[in-house]
Amino acid sequence: MRFSTFVYTFKQGVKNIWRNKIFSLASIATMSACIFLFGLFYAVVMNFQNIVKEVESGVAVTVFFEEGIGAERIEEIGDIISKRTEVADMRYVSADEAWEEFGEIYFEGAEDMVEGFETDNPLAESSHYEIYLNDVSQQSNLVTYLESVEGVREVRSSDLAANVLTDFNRLIGYVSVGIILILLCVAIFLISNTVTTGISVRREEIAIMKLIGATDYFVRSPFIVEGILIGLIGSALPLVLLYFMYSRLIVYVADKFIWLSNMLHFLPVNEVFKTLVPVALILGVGIGFLGSRLTIRKHLNV
Amino acid sequence: MITLEHVSKAYKAGIPALNDVSLHIDKGEFVFVVGDSGSGKSTLIKLLLKELEPTEGKIIINGKSLGAIKRKQIPKFRRNVGVVFQDFRLLKDRDVYENIAFAQRVIATPTKKIKRRVPVMLSMVGLAAKYKSYPRQLSGGEQQRVAIARALVNEPKILLADEPTGNLDNHNAWDIMKLLDEINQRGTTVLVVTHNLEIVKAMKKRVITMKKGVVVSDERMGDDDAV
Repeated sequence: MRFSTFVYTFKQGVKNIWRNKIFSLASIATMSACIFLFGLFYAVVMNFQNIVKEVESGVAVTVFFEEGIGAERIEEIGDIISKRTEVADMRYVSADEAWEEFGEIYFEGAEDMVEGFETDNPLAESSHYEIYLNDVSQQSNLVTYLESVEGVREVRSSDLAANVLTDFNRLIGYVSVGIILILLCVAIFLISNTVTTGISVRREEIAIMKLIGATDYFVRSPFIVEGILIGLIGSALPLVLLYFMYSRLIVYVADKFIWLSNMLHFLPVNEVFKTLVPVALILGVGIGFLGSRLTIRKHLNV
Repeated sequence: MITLEHVSKAYKAGIPALNDVSLHIDKGEFVFVVGDSGSGKSTLIKLLLKELEPTEGKIIINGKSLGAIKRKQIPKFRRNVGVVFQDFRLLKDRDVYENIAFAQRVIATPTKKIKRRVPVMLSMVGLAAKYKSYPRQLSGGEQQRVAIARALVNEPKILLADEPTGNLDNHNAWDIMKLLDEINQRGTTVLVVTHNLEIVKAMKKRVITMKKGVVVSDERMGDDDAV
């Protein structure tokens, strides 16, 4: 395409938006609303996933050893476990450390009672590995494997925690996809309406263009430009709004609800927007392109 | 230049708009096509522009059969055929200059060439002083001149005019016909569909008369001829 033709096509696309002001504004507004909702939802989901990840990182599988097992075998078991792909981190807790931890929790303020057991550790057979997983949904696999390892007496895990977190993650995934699909359909429908109006307004001009030898590509291009521009503006505006809203919200929560910010760690604004900005812009431009392309195919016999 | 071989065109209703029409127009000819409403004149223009496909027969323009032109090649074909309509079909939101330049823009002509060519066309149709006017500010005759300039700006070999004087008073109708004649003198083949028998008689050109989709006469008008 010649540069002058590109400029002309681009100008025509902008003119289409201008000529069709009301519909274009309605499209941009609705697109903005859709992308705003998407962004809002995305930020919430990202934060939820962050929280879930934090909780997940606290879910551990505990492996106890058979009585009388030697230190060498315990180390071997440790090596076997650390090689598993499901394992993110692991820690060895000796019997003494286990008794110390127990004492800290249950004998707070009466440490002298713990000292009474110095030579006779009630948790003598309680040395264990604490294993932290990459993904809690893999917990049952790992547990089955660990139970088969020689020298392992008992494997303790919380199926409930793992299942709840896995289900919750899956739910978030389904809801995200559902909402995104609905927003996509609404936005495509609206862009399509705007372009349809643009086509009907310019029907005569299109007929003239065709009669004097304009290619299909030349006729279509301004409408594609129109759709893309609406998508671009419609996604850029809510991103700016969301950026300020999100950054203010974090500061506000940290200021006013200290108890909440101690419990939940909001992701920093840049962390959320480094993905949200390209995704929302691509989504907006993509919807604009798709909406206008589909409409042209339907209403413009060129 | 233009050849129709046993061309018929029937619409869905079944009544043929054109019925077994054969004719030949040479390069550089000026031809009138006359006939009542429903005689098939407009269908003929649409077939020549490849807006419609014939039900039967073959149309050859510039040595090429229109049936062999693929959909994608239609724009290129149309660039060699200028067209003018009764209702001018100008873009109301663009001035005279832009209306003419538009025909060049759609075929991706470089801006430099557009700037050179449009003023030449404006001078040819006598509207150099009105290049900034909008269609609503022009008379019917002037609007048709703009339409003619637009049709010729890409230097087509053939000019088709569908009732070009239908919306004009007698004075303007004559001006337009004189202009079309001048264009023909410069080498462009001109085919004019018209109702205006007074002008047809006075112009003394070849006249094809159609009736109910059939060519009923095809004669070169002399001083003593009548339509």
